[in-house]
Amino acid sequence: MAFLDHAATTPIRPESLVALTVAYEHTGNASSLHAAGRQARKTVEEARESVAASLGCGPSEVIFTSGGTESDNLAVKGLYWARRAEARGRVRVLCSAVEHHAVLDPVAWLGSHEGAVVEHIPVDRLGRIDVDALAHMIALDPDSVALVSVMMANNEVGTVQPIAEVVRLAHAHGIPVHSDGVQAVGSLDVDFRLSGLDALTVSSHKVGGPHGAGALVVGRGVSIEPLLHGGAQERLRSGTLDSPGIAGFAAALAAAVDGHAEAAHRLTSLRNELVAGVLELVPDVVVSGDPDSAGRLPGHAHFSFPGCEGDALLMLLDARGIECSTGSACTAGIPEPSHVLLAMGVDPELARGSLRFSLGHTSTPDDVRTVLNELTPVVERARRAGRPRIRPVSDAVR
Amino acid sequence: MKVLAALSGGVDSAVAAARAVEGGHNVVGVHLALSPDPKAFREGARGCCSLEDARDARRVADVLGIPFYVWDLSEQFKAEVIDDFVAEYAAGRTPNPCLRCNEHIKFAAVLDRAVDLGFDAVATGHYARLANGPAGVELHRAADPAKDQSYVLSVLEPAQLERSMFPLGDDHKEAVRAEALHRGLLVAEKPDSHDICFVADGRTGDFLTARLGQQQGAIRDAETGEQLGSHDGAHAFTIGQRRGLRLERPRDDGAARYVVGIDAPTRTILVGPEQMLSVDLVSGSRPRWCGPVPASGTPVGVQVRAHGRETPAVMRFDGQEGLGGGPGEVSLELAQPERGVAAGQTAALYSGTRVVGSCTITSAARAATSWA
Repeated sequence: MAFLDHAATTPIRPESLVALTVAYEHTGNASSLHAAGRQARKTVEEARESVAASLGCGPSEVIFTSGGTESDNLAVKGLYWARRAEARGRVRVLCSAVEHHAVLDPVAWLGSHEGAVVEHIPVDRLGRIDVDALAHMIALDPDSVALVSVMMANNEVGTVQPIAEVVRLAHAHGIPVHSDGVQAVGSLDVDFRLSGLDALTVSSHKVGGPHGAGALVVGRGVSIEPLLHGGAQERLRSGTLDSPGIAGFAAALAAAVDGHAEAAHRLTSLRNELVAGVLELVPDVVVSGDPDSAGRLPGHAHFSFPGCEGDALLMLLDARGIECSTGSACTAGIPEPSHVLLAMGVDPELARGSLRFSLGHTSTPDDVRTVLNELTPVVERARRAGRPRIRPVSDAVR
Repeated sequence: MKVLAALSGGVDSAVAAARAVEGGHNVVGVHLALSPDPKAFREGARGCCSLEDARDARRVADVLGIPFYVWDLSEQFKAEVIDDFVAEYAAGRTPNPCLRCNEHIKFAAVLDRAVDLGFDAVATGHYARLANGPAGVELHRAADPAKDQSYVLSVLEPAQLERSMFPLGDDHKEAVRAEALHRGLLVAEKPDSHDICFVADGRTGDFLTARLGQQQGAIRDAETGEQLGSHDGAHAFTIGQRRGLRLERPRDDGAARYVVGIDAPTRTILVGPEQMLSVDLVSGSRPRWCGPVPASGTPVGVQVRAHGRETPAVMRFDGQEGLGGGPGEVSLELAQPERGVAAGQTAALYSGTRVVGSCTITSAARAATSWA
């Protein structure tokens, strides 16, 4: 079995599993005032300090959530509501055209339900946003911009975005910037304070932690309206704190961030081996994203196989014990060409033949070898099947 | 064998897949997404293409422990089935989209792709039986006459049948439901699907009006040519229809009038007395043979609708004079008259329980006179 889908989720790290199970042995609601409650609260606060240390922010800036999607929703909607409350005409929301649906969809919802004017920042052929276009969009009417949201690195093709530039352009006009760091944290050097960001999304299960946990880092002094109202356990977020999940998340994040430089080095070399091998076996394959390893995530490799359906490739590889993805797992099910590739100007027909392999902390040279050993017959078969055919209708009663 | 089990999300395809697994085959479940917007299709248990059905299909695969994928065939389904359905009504004919889907999607686009991807066969939950006869594969009626679906499979040719599996053909529906329950498949209690999956609310007339618009025309007496009323679209009428004609005056003898003909080019609906509905000469085109091509003059049983009765007939290739016989055309002389036969319907031909083949009805007449 070769798991090459770390961008979808990652195997749990041993440190995280220990933290999780230890915390699960304790009863306690972190909001209770008795001893059991205090124990749970201690677990949560230690985790908060650990997460803050891993991300370069203050503990009070960490808001624990149920994961990436909730964090993105809280950031996008919360910033929009708070900014519009300050000035009625502040309704423009600028986000990149290649955001995850967890950002694209709440932004679109603000457009359809809350009077937001949605503008997508275009990207180039590598999937990187056009900074000049963003500068122009802001300069048109800076006072009307509620927020800018640009992911740190793309989940499908792995291209790293110029966040420093985005922050510089937006902050020149006092516009807050949110970034979805789900794919980047643990792979790249991420320091919240140095980045200048106002809000940063982090997910637990993408860094070797349990599912259903994550955080939104919100800079001190940044105002955000809450999404969930209830007990205000996390100031901006209500709901009983998942102390075991939070402990497991913090432990995984610490392990991922501490080891990220070494991991990036190891994964870059494995990934380059995979790309070189695929290019040799399938010479007409199209590799997407930034060819320069400084401009992309270390473990991401994105391929388009001309004449093939990504679905067929995935099924045939799955049958051989190789697990990868056609795009982001959220689009899986009913296939459609990826919005990321379309925004990059990839031909829609070619986009349908795409596969993403993503390496992570458990990947080995054997995984890459397995893919290369099995790929040739898989691509041949998928190419033979091609796109579903339409039989001629000439024989119909006419 | 490597078997692709088409999982609709219903009880029949679930049990068919389970039996394929139990038969020792290497089974992969595939749900066909036939609408680009699944929410636009029927919700819940009434269709086979809603989001709920896709989830049910996935759970069946989980329980059976087989891989599961969704194949998007919405473009093909629209081009081959929905557009054809609308065009056929526009031309004054009465198509059966289920047959069309079997012929062009399930046992063509899906089967071809499955074979290309290395599968040996496609298994479905259709109630029909396959047998090995002296001349190769044979398609037979199911053991359960109430559920028999051989009619909607009568467009399949031997090359398609050789790569098909119908694991439910020997059973009755109740046994299949009981088996689903016994196997822990939660779809066991799901009601049967009926009607047309892509007509969301079951109102076929409204569906067609939305696509063809209102096109007014006359309702005339089939015998005298006298205009008796008007209508907003010929597609709202089917041969044999009696209600909703809103005719201006009754017949002199007080007898009920029925739709006996639809002339699409002039949008004229022809009405006449009940006896005009009875036909015993049926012409068809696009013959499909499920086995060897029979000789002209072969006695067959003819079935003209999904759960209709079978009528003895003689099949000829040349047709009779005046019926426009010719190559690729079939004429059927029925031993007893059949009522309400419309152009576009499929006539399935049987020999005992074996499906000989089928043709698409182009016209129907009474031995002496000719109309429709």
